[in-house]
Amino acid sequence: MSKFRNLVIAAALAAPLAAPAHAEKLGLGRPALPEEIAAWNLDVSPDGTGLPEGSGSVADGETLFSDNCAACHGEFAEGVDNWPKLAGGAGTLADKDPLKTVGSYWPYLSTVWDYAHRSMPFGNAQTLSADDTYAIVAYILYSNDLVEDDFVLSKENFLSVEMPNKDGFIVDDRAETEYSQFSKPACMENCKETVEITAHATVLDVTPDNQDD
Amino acid sequence: MDEKERDSAVSLNRRNFLRAGAAAGALAAGAGAARAEGADPLITEVQPWANGWGDGVDAAPYGMPIEFESDVVRRNVGWLTADVISSINFTPIHALDGTITPQGCAFERHHSGAIELPKADYRLMIHGLVEQPLVFTYEDLERFPRVNRTYFLECAANSGMEWAGAQLNGVQFTQGMIHNMEYTGVTLRTLLEEAGVKPEGKWVYVEGADASSNGRSMPIEKALDDVLVAFKANGEALRKEHGYPVRLCVPGWEGNMWIKWLRRIEVMEGPVESREETSKYTDTLANGISRKWTWVMDCKSVITSPSPQMPIKHGKGPLVITGLAWSGRGAVTGVDVSLDGGKTWQPARLAQPGQAMALSRFYLDIDWQGEEMLLQSRATDDTGYVQPTKNQLRAVRGENSVYHNNGIQTWWVKADGEAENVEVS
Repeated sequence: MSKFRNLVIAAALAAPLAAPAHAEKLGLGRPALPEEIAAWNLDVSPDGTGLPEGSGSVADGETLFSDNCAACHGEFAEGVDNWPKLAGGAGTLADKDPLKTVGSYWPYLSTVWDYAHRSMPFGNAQTLSADDTYAIVAYILYSNDLVEDDFVLSKENFLSVEMPNKDGFIVDDRAETEYSQFSKPACMENCKETVEITAHATVLDVTPDNQDD
Repeated sequence: MDEKERDSAVSLNRRNFLRAGAAAGALAAGAGAARAEGADPLITEVQPWANGWGDGVDAAPYGMPIEFESDVVRRNVGWLTADVISSINFTPIHALDGTITPQGCAFERHHSGAIELPKADYRLMIHGLVEQPLVFTYEDLERFPRVNRTYFLECAANSGMEWAGAQLNGVQFTQGMIHNMEYTGVTLRTLLEEAGVKPEGKWVYVEGADASSNGRSMPIEKALDDVLVAFKANGEALRKEHGYPVRLCVPGWEGNMWIKWLRRIEVMEGPVESREETSKYTDTLANGISRKWTWVMDCKSVITSPSPQMPIKHGKGPLVITGLAWSGRGAVTGVDVSLDGGKTWQPARLAQPGQAMALSRFYLDIDWQGEEMLLQSRATDDTGYVQPTKNQLRAVRGENSVYHNNGIQTWWVKADGEAENVEVS
């Protein structure tokens, strides 16, 4: 995190703005009640913190997915039109136009459960029960050939599911890989011998019309 | 004259105005720079606006831009997303000047539509690793000490469609996922101190009240540094599309973290690794490995005029080249402009000294003699970082990235003044 500290220090030096003095607490607001926190604190972390009790099977998930998800994501989680594809794409991340899905890209299963439960279905959010969510997540795993058709996902076995791309991420390394080479004195004259146009936007003709769009 | 007559007189005046404007435009195009061929009727004849009434003070309790500016609006790109409810539009930066973006044309990005949340129903919860979990109402927030700050907000995907090559022919579309506003609010630090952060609290998760429940994790250092819980922008209440009544400002960091309709702040030991910080807003490199937590928006600039939507129409002679520059790591210290695709550069003039994490406006005043130009701008910030070319970025990251494209933009200005989005060697 050394890069981050430097950033914060640089920002502090660059912006010596007047901020209110921080004194004692003002006593504003009121204590949050346990049932209020429980109603809103729905996020689930990679270690399973936040998962409720429950379970759901691939078979139940198939029906639930068809009813709640397939209109956008397709019956087999393959995606409809421009909506997100949730299955497929294994081994494509280094290809041109990789296919990023739960199976090929998402590093944590907790993210799938959390998002489906908290933010989906689109236009009808926060209506899936815990058991329904376990079942739908089980079906998405099945669609990605990550579990068998008799699989039942539960709070107990949640962390045993291996996500294929779990090691596919690194923390932002621009400070090491980019900032030094992009911090050299800027060239002002004779910066290159020739300049050729290598690409034209108008060739693609995908820009919306200013008047009509 | 009664109300009705006056209305029809006003609309008649508008028609005359349009006709007169069209005639004047034709004259100007024929006359060129130096002298009018005959006396200008706009001067020699009494114009309708010079002898009739304009609107009364009751005509517009909250004014909109005049009709002649009706093309200065947000636009979206239909093919970009599956649905306009979870989508993005673009600020008309080609037509704006100065640095402050009016809320009404500042780009929008929502994941489940712009909701209407009344102030009276607003609640903000701080919980997790704090000494006292708290709930604030909107009125509570207004009783904390307040600050004013001007910051840019840039979507991490700004210029994302240009990674693989020049694609959209307009600066509104290529660099328009940005706005810059003066915010009024309370520092997040103030609210966190009111709840009391426990020593084991290392991360903060922030979440919106809309159905997308958009949430992001950030290190406690950032949360305690300069993050703002804002309820006014450019002096007035946030517009609903910008998060009314309360949004988060995360200076210099990608727009997705600027949670709108902010409802929950959870102090945690680690990041949630939510959908928006794993499956999205991560940067896949050529080898298939992806960068995460790429929060900072690096130094960037673009010429807003001339540009494809702002061709040169006035012919040869004095030409104002202008654009915007910004850096999420500090203040812009300078902008250079090239007329020849990057062979030679000259310093542009900053309208005001660069401000940390806010837009800077630059100008270069030239004498254009109708020559073709390959216009580029290149910003430098106070860390010494110089905006790279798109090819320099591709050399490090490959072509599969979507986010954080801060590469140099090229406009090919032709002899007739029209401009096109191109890439150069």
